[in-house]
Amino acid sequence: MLMAHSLDDIVAAVRNAAAEHAPLRIRGAGSKDFYGGLLAGEVLNVSAHRGIIAYEPTELYITAKGGTPLAEIEAALAEKGQMLAFEPPHFSGGDAGPAGASVGSAGATVGGCVAAGLSGPRRQQAGAVRDFVLGVKLVDGTGQVLNFGGQVMKNVAGYDVSRVIAGSLGTLGVIAEATLKVLPKPVSETTLVFDCDAAEAIRRLNEWGGLPLPISASFWHDGQLWLRLSGARAAVEGATGKLGGNVAVNPEKHWNSIREQTHPAFAASPLWRLALPSNVPSPELEGLRAIEWGGALRWYAGEVDGDHAAVRAAAAPLGGHATLYRAPESLRCLEGAFTPLPPALLALHRRLKKTFDPQGILNPGRLYAEF
Amino acid sequence: MANMAKNKNDVISTDREALVRGLRRVLSTHCLLLGEEDLRPYECDGLTAYRELPLAVCLPETEAQVIDILRTCHSLGVPVVARGAGTGLSGGAMPHAHGIVLSLARFNKILRVDRAARLAVVQPGVRNLAVSEAAAPFGLYYAPDPSSQIACTLGGNVAENSGGVHCLKYGLTVHNVLRIRVVSIEGEVFEVGSEAPDAAGYDLLALMIGSEGMLGVVTEVTVKLVPKPELAQVVMASFSDVAKAGDAVAAIIAAGIIPAGLEMMDKAATAAVEPFVKAGYDMNAEAILLCESDGTPEEVAEEIARVTDVLNAAGASDIRVSQSEAERLRFWAGRKAAFPAVGRITPDYYCMDGTIPRKRLAEMLSAIAAMEIKYGLRCANVFHAGDGNLHPLIMYDASKPGDWERAEAFGAEILELSVALGGSITGEHGVGIEKINQMCVQYATPEIEAFHRVKAAFDESGLLNPGKAVPSLHRCAEYGRMHVHHGDVKFPELERF
Repeated sequence: MLMAHSLDDIVAAVRNAAAEHAPLRIRGAGSKDFYGGLLAGEVLNVSAHRGIIAYEPTELYITAKGGTPLAEIEAALAEKGQMLAFEPPHFSGGDAGPAGASVGSAGATVGGCVAAGLSGPRRQQAGAVRDFVLGVKLVDGTGQVLNFGGQVMKNVAGYDVSRVIAGSLGTLGVIAEATLKVLPKPVSETTLVFDCDAAEAIRRLNEWGGLPLPISASFWHDGQLWLRLSGARAAVEGATGKLGGNVAVNPEKHWNSIREQTHPAFAASPLWRLALPSNVPSPELEGLRAIEWGGALRWYAGEVDGDHAAVRAAAAPLGGHATLYRAPESLRCLEGAFTPLPPALLALHRRLKKTFDPQGILNPGRLYAEF
Repeated sequence: MANMAKNKNDVISTDREALVRGLRRVLSTHCLLLGEEDLRPYECDGLTAYRELPLAVCLPETEAQVIDILRTCHSLGVPVVARGAGTGLSGGAMPHAHGIVLSLARFNKILRVDRAARLAVVQPGVRNLAVSEAAAPFGLYYAPDPSSQIACTLGGNVAENSGGVHCLKYGLTVHNVLRIRVVSIEGEVFEVGSEAPDAAGYDLLALMIGSEGMLGVVTEVTVKLVPKPELAQVVMASFSDVAKAGDAVAAIIAAGIIPAGLEMMDKAATAAVEPFVKAGYDMNAEAILLCESDGTPEEVAEEIARVTDVLNAAGASDIRVSQSEAERLRFWAGRKAAFPAVGRITPDYYCMDGTIPRKRLAEMLSAIAAMEIKYGLRCANVFHAGDGNLHPLIMYDASKPGDWERAEAFGAEILELSVALGGSITGEHGVGIEKINQMCVQYATPEIEAFHRVKAAFDESGLLNPGKAVPSLHRCAEYGRMHVHHGDVKFPELERF
């Protein structure tokens, strides 16, 4: 394992690897090792390259080194009443964390958070990781340091490469620093619970989605629909009166179990993640475990020897895609974690990969087996 | 290597006869403009200081024609400049002397407004405001509202990643577009994004939005529609000092409030606007702030009360809250008419688009005041204060020799100061041809080379909008010779000539 304590260490490690054509497996806390395809190459651990570089509450941004624990960032933001509005899952530490959590580490890092591109329950209201990435300092596959974006909300100079880094799973560069937009925490939050089946939940969520209601999260599982309202006190109270349902007591723990997927709904392997247009009816699949994001995110329990192609085939005609989210590595490598790309897009991906990592040494196979 | 495409383009010469033959095979006469009088209206976009006549203007009506046009141009090595309404302010749609303009004006159909899924599928030539109008019966609208929304097209919005006065709360084009359908320079069709919350693979949607027509030609756009708030109200605050107004902006954010809109105008701007619009602006104020709140009536009342407290604490000399929709629109009318109002008091004006950290506003405004003396030109400032995006309007007279050159140098100095203050040369208007030199100030060689490689990954031939958005390293070297900052020589690895 290579341990990088600084930007120079990262550059040196990548340069050496490039010279030797040796693949590198970039790692923060390892909390998302379960996600994506192959884990190949010598581990380049960047968790020691950590620390908040700049936090300007009134400018609504924070800049931190890639190895900075998300927990450290969130604590700094909380002091000023702010948050990462996309509620990134940590998937590390805590009670009965899912497989892959790294024991003894300081927990999920901001670099890993951006690389994985995973957002939590609030995504339905606030947006995804990529919507909050303002800039990155990237070490590309030749060891070159590249600065994209910046610290301001609006910046259209040059291609918006920093947002592409979100969800690229380390295949385009090592995230040495990231700048994220932050937002104030909502003044008020209330959670309502309704009894209904999945079809009714999808219907209601879409109906509410078309109304000016402050819905910041939704979760359906096993006949219960949970709805979180966030915003100005008056807005939350007004919506509570309008929507009915039962008000949940101490709902924070519940939402955290969804964000961190410690809720029993996610206890399945393989676990499929289907991203769909929010209002489509449930596909013809067994094993619906949970619905989030106003109907746009649906979780299914699969079978190890099941018909994996059928899951993907069910999502595609509905306008969505299916990710083999949690499954044994062998299965993810065999089936591909992510929906295969059409030829024109795959060719573009390969060319883009080549522009940032000409030798293909950064996390090869982690996103797609082809690169 | 990276900049080869650019150098190649500098010496492009097109076989016009072969091009016209090829285009005639694809397009009927009413879709192909060739005569000088027909080409003239296309010689520039909203940035009129830069003009070029194209060899031809194509007005395709189907995607199949777009494909054939691009294949024809690709095989003949002819540059292609895509164009929407031509309202852009950075010369992004300025034609290439040896190329064609590909106008998407006839792609003007709204294909689908899906109430249940809260999205609309439109052709790229559809006007921004038309989307919101089509969605209005469902209580929905398309959030990004650039000031040119009555005329500008969705295709152009995608190319520029357009913002507007409400993007602090509702985001830019990149936050509100779900999917685009694209034709590559080789004539290959692909789609990026989806109607689902995300798509498999790299987020190419984020890369293509704001790419200024350099990576592909968009033939279809799917946008997110959001519920229209029940009520909007605006607070107007006067300040005796621009620095105080700037601090008030920071104080609002620090109080945990993200208003629907947060705009500032300086005295020069209100003085230009008030006689024209009669918005009721305080003519004694050095700066006014407009802060909009939207939501349910209770929510708006709560936020307005909080905003008013913050503004009072920040030293506002006068505060007024719109008491009716008509008054709200009147308050905004002044801000929205700032450009034409300035246009009435000066023969020409040059609009800049720098973004700075909000806290550096006072510094920037005093620097601009000094530049007014240095260049002998007046400047009015309007400011998307909430997101740090400044639009200085430099007033000049194009008929006076030397005026434009001074305006251009004035603008360049503002942009370079924006970078020095930790911001960007462009917040929402794009680089185009206008700010191509300042790209060399904002980015160093490795990033510019990376941008060229990204371009080549999509358009190896370099035929899509050549010469825009990303400068060649040689251009930067030449520009760098003129602009040495803090003694640093930029691009030291390049030969100087």
